[in-house]
Amino acid sequence: MLQRCGACGTFCYPARDACPACLSSDLAFADAPRRGTLLSETTLHVPADVHFRERAPWRIGLVAMDCGPRLVTHLHADCEEGQPVVMSFQLDKSGQAVAFAHPERETPNMTDDRQWREMTADPKFRRVLVTNGRSVVGQEVVTALKAAGASIVFVGVAEPWKPFRGEEALRALEGVEIVPLDIGDEKSVADLAADIGGKVDILVNTTEHVRAGGLLGRQGTSVVRDEIDQTYLGFVHLAQAFGPAMRMRGSDGVNSAAAWVNILSVYALANWPVFGAYSASQAAALSLSHCLRAELRPGGVKVVNVFTGPLDIEWFQTVPPPKVAPRAVAGAIVSALKRGLEDVFVGDVAEEFRQRLAANPKAVERELGT
Amino acid sequence: MDSNSLVQFAGAVASGAVRVVDLTFTLSPDFPVIVLPPEFGQAAPVRIQRISQYDAAGPAWYWNNLTFGEHTGTHFDAPIHWFTGKDLPNNSVDTLPVSDMIAPACVIDCCAGAAKDPDFLLTVPHVEAWEKNHGRIPPRHWVLLRTDWSKKGWRDYANLKDDGAHTPGPDAAVMRWLVEERGIIGFGTETIGTDAGQGGHLNPPYPAHHFLHGGGRYGLQCLCNLDQLPPTGAVIFAAPLKIQNGSGSPLRVLGLVPAGQG
Repeated sequence: MLQRCGACGTFCYPARDACPACLSSDLAFADAPRRGTLLSETTLHVPADVHFRERAPWRIGLVAMDCGPRLVTHLHADCEEGQPVVMSFQLDKSGQAVAFAHPERETPNMTDDRQWREMTADPKFRRVLVTNGRSVVGQEVVTALKAAGASIVFVGVAEPWKPFRGEEALRALEGVEIVPLDIGDEKSVADLAADIGGKVDILVNTTEHVRAGGLLGRQGTSVVRDEIDQTYLGFVHLAQAFGPAMRMRGSDGVNSAAAWVNILSVYALANWPVFGAYSASQAAALSLSHCLRAELRPGGVKVVNVFTGPLDIEWFQTVPPPKVAPRAVAGAIVSALKRGLEDVFVGDVAEEFRQRLAANPKAVERELGT
Repeated sequence: MDSNSLVQFAGAVASGAVRVVDLTFTLSPDFPVIVLPPEFGQAAPVRIQRISQYDAAGPAWYWNNLTFGEHTGTHFDAPIHWFTGKDLPNNSVDTLPVSDMIAPACVIDCCAGAAKDPDFLLTVPHVEAWEKNHGRIPPRHWVLLRTDWSKKGWRDYANLKDDGAHTPGPDAAVMRWLVEERGIIGFGTETIGTDAGQGGHLNPPYPAHHFLHGGGRYGLQCLCNLDQLPPTGAVIFAAPLKIQNGSGSPLRVLGLVPAGQG
């Protein structure tokens, strides 16, 4: 997205108060054509910035966009001077949006580029902890991460004395290690972190505790308490046990700590009273994720929030379609990691919810409540 | 020197002439708890959260906050736990007579049957055969079902299948008979629950709970070390926490055994 003049259609960059062509102040952000040409490239051997000094040599370039503006940009190694490139904005390790140029056509092992991997949290070659392997979503996430080239996936299973569906298939997967993890139990989380906390590059929190009901239809607080224990306190336990080591390991070579992924309901953003207490627990986790994001940022570790509508799982079986397939959630997680995104919305319900919320939040609240 | 029998007893404990057997599992988050279908309310698992450990939150002291359900770990069931005992007097852990917390035990060894069949059921003929060797079960005694189930790994111990738990327990007739014909004070098992894992399919469902608590008697479950008790002659000390209107409680269960027995 770039600023585009509403009066004359000129794209401009960097951000301005007035259009450089016609001086109109009507400059809204709009999707811009991503193609450009690499005019020149520079390799920095002694960058002024201390972060990049450690990573030198570092290539940057000047790109003329087909739509007009010229950008100083980070370069993929396969970009050549005079050749066409495709541009995107990426979040760098400090959470800043920066321009990045890719070759126009796919090149061999394109995603392994050193500078590109700095911008993303690609699971390839990385070691991942999936916190709950009992759920269908958890199992799909494990499969998708292995397919994406994760070197090892640790899979947490609470109460290992309780068998679960899909257990045999999970145990049979190569490069998958089942570990005891009950995220509601502070000590269980701390014990696992003592074992593997120093080699978790990506943590995917697949905790799933969905129960229908709001406030008045429930007797007592034990169900609410379970929701808070699993969703909120579980998150706290994980963050306190794994967060500090991940933050320390943000630039630990090829296998640096890279990302923390939360799966959140869109009803974290506005309460759906049919699943009212669940929505509130999700809102608590969402708020906590923003805190974690700020605290992990100094270490260059991203927090990725994947928002979904109701999933196609047993606990949403009374909810009519459309529902999100667990496999789609897993795919969205891997895609977000590969592209270095922070917030993604999976499925039509979530995307429509996002748009409606942006347009009129009070109307969304009212509609959900009727 | 005081020569009353209680002081002599304390001396016997100190000298080892009376052996004290701990029949209790460690209360920990790892220990299996009863699993109900997820639409029912669940027992809160055991959680141990540190308040401080000689650190900034308490420089000289170590202590924890605990949460757990009344029916977690090695635990006691009071009559109020079951609908059949809900209207009895003194039916909760805070009101039950403290003298009931110390009573002798008969230990019935069913290890062979339980080893062959996880759904092994104790029957009246089993107990009658035991009585031929050890004498009639006296009133106000505990009957403890020894299966060596407590020696299994947690997964085999819980032994959950698609249709629920498969663990040994009593059948309906023997529970009614033990309560009504033998006047036992309670029934104890090594498994999770005084009833068999599939006890819900018996008639009445969960007969140990049904008849014990309906008769104002007690349950003990998740016991261990029953193999260290003699068939008769041991005394059980089982004092649940004094929880207001409590239906049960984790507790320390001790077996007192005369030296040379067990």
